[in-house]
Amino acid sequence: MWGVSRTRTERLVNLVICLLSTRRFLTAAQIAATVPGYEHDADDPREHEAFQRKFERDKAELRDLGVPLETGTASVFDTEPGYRIARRDYALPDVHLEPDETAAVGIAARLWQHAGLAAAATSGLLKLRAAGVDVDVNATFGVEPVVTVDPAFEPLQAAAREQREVRFDYRTPEDDAARTRRLQPWGVVSWRGRWYVVGHDLDRDATRCFRLSRIVGPVTSGGPNTYTRPADVDLIAHVAAFSGPVERSGRATILVRPGRAAGVRRWAEEVEPGPDGDRVVIRYADPDGLARWLVGYGADVVVLGPDEVRKATLARLRDLVDGLEDRHPDIPVELPAAARP
Amino acid sequence: MTAARGGGDRLARLLNLVPYLLARPGIAVADAAADLGVTEKQLREDLELLWVCGAPGYGPGDLIDMAFDGDRVTITYDAGIDRPLRLTQDEALALVVALRALAQVPDAQNRDAVERALTKIESAAGDAAAGLPVAVRLPTGGAERLAELQDAVQRRRALRLTYYTATRDELSDRIVDPMRVLVVGGHGYLEAWCRRAEAVRLFRIDRIDACAELDEPAVVPPHAEQTDVSAGVFRPSDDLPLVTLRIGRWERWITEYYPCERVVEETPDQWLVALRASDLAWARRLVLGLGPGVTVVAPPALVGAVRQEARAALDAYARVGPALD
Repeated sequence: MWGVSRTRTERLVNLVICLLSTRRFLTAAQIAATVPGYEHDADDPREHEAFQRKFERDKAELRDLGVPLETGTASVFDTEPGYRIARRDYALPDVHLEPDETAAVGIAARLWQHAGLAAAATSGLLKLRAAGVDVDVNATFGVEPVVTVDPAFEPLQAAAREQREVRFDYRTPEDDAARTRRLQPWGVVSWRGRWYVVGHDLDRDATRCFRLSRIVGPVTSGGPNTYTRPADVDLIAHVAAFSGPVERSGRATILVRPGRAAGVRRWAEEVEPGPDGDRVVIRYADPDGLARWLVGYGADVVVLGPDEVRKATLARLRDLVDGLEDRHPDIPVELPAAARP
Repeated sequence: MTAARGGGDRLARLLNLVPYLLARPGIAVADAAADLGVTEKQLREDLELLWVCGAPGYGPGDLIDMAFDGDRVTITYDAGIDRPLRLTQDEALALVVALRALAQVPDAQNRDAVERALTKIESAAGDAAAGLPVAVRLPTGGAERLAELQDAVQRRRALRLTYYTATRDELSDRIVDPMRVLVVGGHGYLEAWCRRAEAVRLFRIDRIDACAELDEPAVVPPHAEQTDVSAGVFRPSDDLPLVTLRIGRWERWITEYYPCERVVEETPDQWLVALRASDLAWARRLVLGLGPGVTVVAPPALVGAVRQEARAALDAYARVGPALD
């Protein structure tokens, strides 16, 4: 039913039980003589080869599943390697969760919008259940974050964990083509809803952050443990450094048409109604940034001061109108069909 | 992430099933199946298979044994698989990162439980979670409002909101029946039934300018469905006006910021982008704000609106305020 015969699954369960129950390393021959399903004539080369292939596949499957298969020899006189499973490496340690902690784990497991990680969370949850934890799948908290990741997340976190250098193509919106970057990744960070990788950029020879959504194509990794991640590195701080809080020390006075530009009024510190409109005071950090935003509101807003904001806004408007005259010599505005005479 | 392993899935299930049942003597087969996410038929087949597995010797005292009492099952001999397998790296990653995200939610009531659970899971995962190089920080703005709305959701009260709709640049008062509070990408949202729109709406929390709890219960119609936010909050639909802009290199960021339907390179320094605007007035504000690096190609109504507004604004400066050079 799963494309794998019942006998194979049966053999694998028996193999796990057998290797868990032995303290001595068991050689392949000893396993073949013990576990049902491996019976063969060891003197027949073809049969023996078939057994070896079968046993290799079974070992690979156990390792894929995370079964810690130990290899060693029973004594110094043995030349053939043997196998066993150490119980302390196999078994999930005792976990005791209070009801509210169990609820937290149950909720966390369903936050994933990424299919692979959602499946991993579910199988992790099943193991906790098997350890005796009763997970309430209906528990809810008031607020639930939706957790998504970019495709580069998985290989980058694995590379950081195993200290493997990575290489990927990276393209910012301003670049025409992606550029190959080489990085010793320290970790992956979710900051303001976006994922970043932080690490030592091998070409720039400096610490750099890269946005995962800008990585094009696959991430390739080198061998493990080729560098050392700095101890106690504050990943968040590295990403936050590029977008720290801004201090809004300036105050601009803006004349706003009555009942218009609600988006500007929302940020008002003061509003003083007048005959030609409302005088609205707004805090700002950067005059050009404020000008860019205000120009969007067109004739509904006029900056009264200070000069740096008024000048910046006016300059943008002039550029805009000049540009429009160049590109759109006075063609009549096309009216919707219904409005035509 | 390993793809579905076929046979491995069943092996994993079987190795998990013995300790699961061992921890719950006399559990109903149907309950166990529901809890483990398999059908009752599958579970019975798994039990049949386990029945013939066991420790070397494979005699009556070596095989996994279980007792049935009607529909209830009890493991009477576990053959040594009395504990589940350790968490794999992927499992530890998925649980720990999700708990770290949950711990970031400003939720005083549950934060403590999340932190405690996180510590215990990290410790149980051992090496699989050791030094996991993944940090999560959710936006901290609006934490108080988030907590306030979360309370309202739990008390099941209707709310009166003053909400700023950015696309129309207007404030409106509306009565809503809260459904849930969620954090998607960089923002917190209140999902609620909007009585005015008679539909489910997502309200961005930093755009809720005022919020008052009403003395009446929230009534969410039974047909109200939660929004699927897996692909983001704004999903442009085909019936919205399509705006085509010609942009330069330094405006290319909008292709990353807004969902664009098309991005076409015209010349090495010029691109055509097409995006859906829920409102032409919003598109006009966007284009004016972007500045001279952007030209509207279509629709014609937007071309005219942008030009008219820019000229009117320039005229307004000539009339009002101090003269500048």
